[in-house]
Parts: sequence; C-alpha cells; structure tokens
Amino acid sequence: MSVIPAAIGGGRTLFGRPRSGERQAQRPMGGAMASLLLWGYAAVALVPLLLMVSSSFRTNAQLITDPLGAPWPLSVASYKEAWTVGNFASYFVNSLLVTCGAVALSTVVATMAAYALARGRSRVFRWLEALFLSGLMLPIHLAILPIFYLFDGLGLIDSRFGLALMYGASGVPFSIFVLTTFFRQLPGELEEAAQLDGASTWQTFSLIMVPMVRPALATVAVFRFVPIWNDFLFPLVLLRNEAKYTLPVGLTTFFGENATNYSAVFAGLVITTVPLILLFLLATRQIVAGLTAGMTK
Amino acid sequence: MRRRSGLLFVAPALILFGMFVLYPMVTAFSYAFFHWEGTTRGGFAGVQHFVTLFTKAPFRTDLPRALWHNVLFFLGTMLFQNTIGLAVATLLHRRPRTRRVLQTLYAMPYLVSPIVIGYLWTLLLSPTFGPVNQLLTAVGLDSWALPWLGDPDTALCVVILVSVWQWIGFPVLLYGAALGGVPEELSEAARVDGASHRQTFFRITLPLLVPAIGTVSVLTFIFAMEAFALPYAVGGSTGNPAGATAFISLLFYRTAFDSGATDAIGTSSALATLLFVVIFGGALAATAVLRRHDRRITG
Repeated sequence: MSVIPAAIGGGRTLFGRPRSGERQAQRPMGGAMASLLLWGYAAVALVPLLLMVSSSFRTNAQLITDPLGAPWPLSVASYKEAWTVGNFASYFVNSLLVTCGAVALSTVVATMAAYALARGRSRVFRWLEALFLSGLMLPIHLAILPIFYLFDGLGLIDSRFGLALMYGASGVPFSIFVLTTFFRQLPGELEEAAQLDGASTWQTFSLIMVPMVRPALATVAVFRFVPIWNDFLFPLVLLRNEAKYTLPVGLTTFFGENATNYSAVFAGLVITTVPLILLFLLATRQIVAGLTAGMTK
Repeated sequence: MRRRSGLLFVAPALILFGMFVLYPMVTAFSYAFFHWEGTTRGGFAGVQHFVTLFTKAPFRTDLPRALWHNVLFFLGTMLFQNTIGLAVATLLHRRPRTRRVLQTLYAMPYLVSPIVIGYLWTLLLSPTFGPVNQLLTAVGLDSWALPWLGDPDTALCVVILVSVWQWIGFPVLLYGAALGGVPEELSEAARVDGASHRQTFFRITLPLLVPAIGTVSVLTFIFAMEAFALPYAVGGSTGNPAGATAFISLLFYRTAFDSGATDAIGTSSALATLLFVVIFGGALAATAVLRRHDRRITG
C-alpha cells in the first residue's frame, strides 16, 4: 500500500498534538472488555514479530524439536552464519548505501524546489507544483520496463548508484508535497530581514529557512526511508551481481538456498528489520521534539 | 523570490523527476503498441499485444485467474481490514492515554518489508516445524494443523489474512483521525434525544466516516491490484502452490523477465497498461461516487 497517506495519517495521529477541541470527559466505548480486546489485538500484532526475534537466537535443532521454546541459552550462531556465509554483511551495506543516498538526494533537491514553489509568485511555479504532485498518484512500479531500458542505455544496470538515483527521483513528489506546506507556513518577514542585511537568496535559504523546517525534513526522511529500504521489485530487476544485492533481494537468494536452515533465515529476517524499528523509535522522539520546539516559540 | 533564481532552485528536482519518473511513465504506454525483437523496437503493432493477452496461451487462462486472485485479495482485504480497523479505531477513540501506544504497536508490522513478512509466515506456518500447527495440535485442534500455504485451497486465504495482519495499523490510524474530526456535539445531541450507543454509531458516526472509508477503499484497491512482494515471497514468481497465489504483477514479471519470448516486452507492456487502466479507472470511479456522497452530506 502506498506509504504516502500512511505518512500523513501517521503524522497527524502518532506524532501530532492532541486536538484542542477533543473532550476528554466522554467515556470510552466498551469499558474493560474493550481494553482487553485492544491489548489482545496488540499481542496478535506483535507475537509473530517477537517469535521471529526469539527464534533467531535459537539453534536449528532447538527450533525443530520445540518451536515455541525460550531462546535460552542465547545462541548467536545463526547471526554469524547469516552475516558471513549468507552475505548479509554486504546486503546490509548495500541497502544502507542505496537508501541513505536516495533519501539524502530526494530531500536535498526537494527542499530547494519546495522553497521556490512556496515563495515564487510567477504562474510557472503553480504549474510546476501541479506537475510534481501528479507524481504522488503514479504507480511507478508499472514503468519498470522503460526504467530498465533507460538504465541499460545509461550503463546503470547493476549499479547501486543508479538505484539510488531512481529512488531519489521517486521520492521527490512526496517530499515536495510535505515541504512546500511547511515553507508556506513560515512568515515572510524573516527573509525580508535577511535580505536587508545583505544575504543572498542562497544564504537566506540555507542559513535561515532550512533550519526552520528541520522537523519536516526529519518527517520526510523517515517516511521515505521505510519504503526504499523495503522495496523489492527495483533491485530484483535492476541488479545482477549478488555482491550488489540489497537486503530484500539478498533475502530471497538466501531463503532459496537455506530454506531448511530455519534459525539462519530467522536471523536474516531480523537483520533486515532491525534498522527500521530502530529508526522508528529514534525518529518518534525527534519528530515529537521538533513539534514541541515549534510550539513554544 | 525572483523567477530566475526560483527556477534554478527547482531545476535539480525537475531533472531528476522528469528523467526517472515522468519519462518512463509516459513511454511505458507506447511500448505496448510496438513489435519487439528482444530489446529492439520493430514496427507499429496496434492493439495486437492486447489481443494476445486475451486469446493466446498461457495468458488466456493465466490472466483471468490472476485478475480473479487480485479481486479476491481486494475483497478479502476490504472485508477484514476495514471492519476490524474501524472497530479497533472506534474502541480506541476516547482512550487518550493508551491510544498512542496501541496505535504504535498496531503499526509495527507495516514497517516490516512484505518480503520479510512473507518468509516469516512461511516459516511460522510450516507443516514440519511451524509453531502455529504445533500450537493447534497442543490445544487439541489436530484437524486444523494443515499445510496452510502448501494447499491450493487455503493458500490464497492465508496470503489475504497475512496482508490484513500486516496493514491493519493503517486503517486504524486513518479512522482514528477521522473519528477525531467528528464533532462530539452531534453524538451528544443524539444521546440526549434518547438514541442508544448502537443507533448513535450507525446513524450519526458511520455516515460521517464515509469519506474516510472511501479513501481507505481506494487505497486498498490500488494496493491489492499492485500486490507483488508478499505473494512472491510466499509462492515465488509462479504463484505456488499450483498457481493458487498467482497475481497480475507476478504474471507481468514472469512475462517481462523470465519468459524469454521474443515479443516479451510488447506483451508485458500491454499487461502493465491494462493494469494501469484498471487501477486508474477503479480509483477514478470510486472517487466520483465519493464526491457525490460528499455533496449530499454538506449540501
């Protein structure tokens, strides 16, 4: 499912301030029974993930004799195997390079463009903004064949750099969409003051405006990171050499060769997932901090 | 900001976006209307590739089956994800202290790559050592300990349920936001007039949630039509077992990159174009219906 509305919905409810009009006096529906159901469902959501983690710390023999046993004593043998024999070390580095490169690229170009779109008065900018936003609705995966031939023509097949360019481009519409809204909310007096003090357009942008939208930059970066990290089709089609695979594609190779080596597969699944969980936990704090910082000003 | 410096600011994003998104998207359609010999483009083919999709093997049988699976996937997801999501969001409403924690917990599975989710459930549901079947046997439900993903009769159902499990946090968040936007005065007034909880929900709250339900439905539709990574992890590109988890995007992938047919690009592009038309047509139709409903409520 598209991550765009998820990001907007998440931005509003996960990280947003409580709505001022909300009445806390109203009693929740269902009472204790409903609480039980809600926490029960939380268990349904989490237990399979916890099982994935706990299984990764057990040996294969333990898993076969008692799949639900406790991961004690902790065994990290499966991680060693996945990391070295299973090439997860290189998959991990590749994923990190491609994802960070793409997120940095789309955030930088989108921040510049969003500033101009928010402040430009000419009609060209309205038109360009509409063009960028149309990209929010394009199912880019359906264009995989032309992308494949474009990459072939540019000599970018089997290139992590090419993949990062591609993801960077696909992140432009969403990043512009969020950042333009933020730039529009900033008062114009700041720029006028900076300009009077002799700052160039670029100085005003990089020294005054960019620091002001830092919370939005964090939001954009986090919400672009997740789908790129998880994407499967593009690396599957555009990468050839196993040494360049990103985690999702590397995982399919590993699973194909080690389908019965359960604990190592579990370790591979955890390695693929952990950075996202870490990012989410770290960024929640950062984004909330950014929002509250803005409130006290 | 002056126009010239503004355009300089926009240029990098525009070049990147134009080159890797707009240009491929626009040319994608033209691919379907030409003959192809491997990677060289031949003469104009008209609608011949589309005809191939409906008349020639293997598409004549594989395409309707895959499309049917996409439709079932959409209906199943709608049925479970929407109802459970709405129920959970309603129960979460007015629980300010636990809501955020629970929403975060429900959202955890959708952070995880669909490929990881697919392999995780393949292992959990494994007939030989899978904990799910062990658990079922332990509580006396031996007859339920089936090879869930190995049996063509149950595999698609399992794929749908796994997907629902992964994405449930999304409707919970969206419906939560929508419920927050429903004015309390309305349901209070209904309560004062003697309406029961049930009546208030179905007569007041639910009709006001229709726009949100519509948004979720449209996004679910697009999502279901594009399903790729999860079925790939569960059943490979051929949709094992016995094509029970074959979806259109898998058929597209096999045609384009695995078939080795000389005209593969033409046929697979026709397939992609078809899928695009289905997705856009469906989304536009649903949006039009929702607009009409919106006008009825506000006007």
